[in-house]
Amino acid sequence: MTPQSSFMVMAAIDPRRDADLRGLLASMNHAPGRLNAGNALFPFREFANVHYARLLIIDSKETDDDLRRSGLSPRSYPSYLAFLGDVDGDADEFLRDAAARAPKGLREIFSCCDGFTADSHLLDWMKRHNSRPAAFYVNWRSRTVLSVRENAALYEALERYVEENAGKLAAMPPRQVHSTLQDFVEAERSAGRLTLSAEKPTPLGWSITNLVHLVGVPLLLLLASPLLLVVGLVFVLPLRRLEKTDVELCQRVDPAHVDALAEIEDQDVTNQFSALGGVKPGIVRLWTLRFVLLIIDYTARHIYKRGRLARVRTIHFARWVWLDNRERMIFLSNYDGSHESYMDDFINKVAFGLNVVFSHGIGWPRTNWLVLDGCKDERKFKEYQRRHQLPSQVWYKAYSGLTAVDLERNALIRKGIESRSMSDSETREWVGML
Amino acid sequence: MTPNHVEYDDTQGLVRFGYGALKQARYVLGTVRNAEAVRSWLRSAPITNAVELDKAPPAALQVAFTAAGLEAIGVRASVIAGFSHEFVSGMTESSRARRLGDVGVAAPSRWTWGTGSRMPHVVVMFFAVPGRLDGFMSEVMASGWSEAFDELQCLDTSDLDQHEPFGFTDGISQPEIDWSQAYDALGVHRDYSNIVALGEFLLGYRNEYGKYTDRPIIDADAASEVLPAAEDAADKKDVGRNGTYLVMRQLRQDVRGFWQYMLRQAGGDPAQAEVIASAMVGRLPNGDPLAAIQDRSIAGVDQKPDVITKNQFTFDDDPAGVRCPIGAHIRRSNPRNSDYVGRPGSLGRLLAMLGFGRNGFREDLTSSVRFHRILRRGREYGTNLSPAEALAPELPGDAERGLHFICLNANISRQFEFLQNAWTANRKFSALTGENDPIVGNRDGSGYFTMPSDGRVRRRQSGLPQFVTVRGGAYFFLPGLRALRYFAGNGRT
Repeated sequence: MTPQSSFMVMAAIDPRRDADLRGLLASMNHAPGRLNAGNALFPFREFANVHYARLLIIDSKETDDDLRRSGLSPRSYPSYLAFLGDVDGDADEFLRDAAARAPKGLREIFSCCDGFTADSHLLDWMKRHNSRPAAFYVNWRSRTVLSVRENAALYEALERYVEENAGKLAAMPPRQVHSTLQDFVEAERSAGRLTLSAEKPTPLGWSITNLVHLVGVPLLLLLASPLLLVVGLVFVLPLRRLEKTDVELCQRVDPAHVDALAEIEDQDVTNQFSALGGVKPGIVRLWTLRFVLLIIDYTARHIYKRGRLARVRTIHFARWVWLDNRERMIFLSNYDGSHESYMDDFINKVAFGLNVVFSHGIGWPRTNWLVLDGCKDERKFKEYQRRHQLPSQVWYKAYSGLTAVDLERNALIRKGIESRSMSDSETREWVGML
Repeated sequence: MTPNHVEYDDTQGLVRFGYGALKQARYVLGTVRNAEAVRSWLRSAPITNAVELDKAPPAALQVAFTAAGLEAIGVRASVIAGFSHEFVSGMTESSRARRLGDVGVAAPSRWTWGTGSRMPHVVVMFFAVPGRLDGFMSEVMASGWSEAFDELQCLDTSDLDQHEPFGFTDGISQPEIDWSQAYDALGVHRDYSNIVALGEFLLGYRNEYGKYTDRPIIDADAASEVLPAAEDAADKKDVGRNGTYLVMRQLRQDVRGFWQYMLRQAGGDPAQAEVIASAMVGRLPNGDPLAAIQDRSIAGVDQKPDVITKNQFTFDDDPAGVRCPIGAHIRRSNPRNSDYVGRPGSLGRLLAMLGFGRNGFREDLTSSVRFHRILRRGREYGTNLSPAEALAPELPGDAERGLHFICLNANISRQFEFLQNAWTANRKFSALTGENDPIVGNRDGSGYFTMPSDGRVRRRQSGLPQFVTVRGGAYFFLPGLRALRYFAGNGRT
């Protein structure tokens, strides 16, 4: 099993080079929101283990007034450039590979950042600027780009075969359909037209770390539980007071901003989402958020690793990353369907999860006991998230046209093809998936 | 009068009635020639309200404006900015057109109205009992009409006896509006219900989230004196209250292409052609659903025998789409589900919420349809063409036929646009692999329709042509009557 990991190389942009950088990033696209995956600066499609990647300019969406009203003194942050992605295997290895194979383009891009010079060692610099996520979600742990592509090819070959032999197959009972298709796939594999590679062994180091994490985190929480209980009790009243008094900043968003975001959306069945916001002042909010993210990261790593983040089946990858000494946070995801559907899913299916983490961001619609209300106020929530959203300047997806549900189905179909021991009902269900 | 009482006398009648008895209808799309003349015309126009009368009126008049139209009659920009983003930005904005599937042959650049200089400011809708329409229109247009408006397009409708042009019974399923505001939208909805909160269809009232949707809320002053107070901001005036958003799309239907394709797929057997066409619709031509009628009643579905046989069903017992294909038009347009799969109890809901509910591959792909309902008020146009007649080659001069689709909703993006984008145009709807709505989908080159089969390999109808093409469309605001008076009177700068 090959685990997935993430990278996010982030550095402040040299203000004098801001326009150059935007020009460079735009040159990687055919049109806004439509990447040229073979572009000269970073030819994404030549990197076979990248699921998603993006280049993103992170600049503030909060005004001084927003900050003041939230009890923070106005502060300014540099604009950052972030190069981030979700890859099979170790992220450091990807960076090494990227530095080795696309040094010229990466240097050109990073030369627009503070502190990157012609003498900088590219790989070391990228590693130094790599931010680890506070929480990281992978739709399906172990699903590699290679298996996605092989499964998609398998699915298409089967569909073609079923189409061409519809009459013959229609008369067959499920078991016979299954064995006929198995024979077909076997023949295709022998002829070299289909490849179904075996899973690679799980890296030992990863397995050990994962096991330690699986057991260690609950163990530490258990050990710390008396302290956590005390802290929890101490936090309850201040949190209750804060959530009743914290200011909401959900005013109507600038229509031009929404149109600019929408322009790059819905070019594929999957979209990118990046949202940036300041964390509310005080240690109560900060430490509650840190604890919540710990739990999210733990559950994403050990529980929600099979196609579902709670009830949501449309998120391919997602992560939360701290910025600026935990004064700000950025949430980044890749999801299926339109932005509106994504937000409706959030409200209708995982409002509790959204509230428990994002309500520590300044201006979030008022929550009740941390999980209730909040984003259930549809209008406020939709204005809020659009206002905090950043457009991705460059966005790459390795398997255009495929949703997370497609990937799940294709994997199930492959499992059926490779299975010699399906029950009658499983065989029926499998035939129904074609 | 309680503050929650619905002001029928301030609501245009179309929200409450389809005016079925008024079989003649014509929609005049116009642009503003002279704003003062429009305002003066509005002051005297006999616009029909939603008060129920003992006897249906012989005629009805309704008026709605686009954002450009409100601007043209002098409504302040700050007021217009209070309407929803999608209303202001319009149906043809490029990213929106893409989401709605209006690309290729259905792209707005090819429309006969709805874009550029063909963007209407107003739609004036005339309804009348047979024989009365021309007279009614003359009366309404007698004073000041021609000074006020330039006519862009006159959309005629025809009475096809409650059938749409392909020959299927139309308008069977509509949400039941909770006029009394008695039902609890905020509670957990275990069962599919056909009752929908008033605020989903009328602005200024609570919606399915117990909240209000976007509309202008303005300061009280002499100009806004005429307007109702805002329920959610007592010292403010509500421009939207008792109004709603009206979505209009002219859909051309290729009736010959439709039945000729069905017959080809059926190998020349007309009965089989009807079976395939019915599978695509999800109902038989007489309106009976392919899904099984259930014993348990559905809230908001009348307990009359003819309603039960047409509407007392969900798709819960047919997850694979064996009876009614998953991609069938009516299943996409309303998947008829509740907030959770399988009516779980409290513990089950908690588990489901955390992602440990029923997790079959096809389960829980769509849910909570109550947030995505629309009220349909469209009418057909063109002459009737029976399936048998449709098999003959097209005659020279055969006029276009189709549907003037009209729907009402309080949140265009969450209702009409969601339905159109996530359900109708979505090639991945409910784990389908690459097919959009078999009836109304914009094919853009290729299309097929999958008919699942119990324990057998599915049947697939390929080479699906385009049956329905968008010819025009716009987003309108159908104001309450006091809002119209505000626009007509001193609401201007």
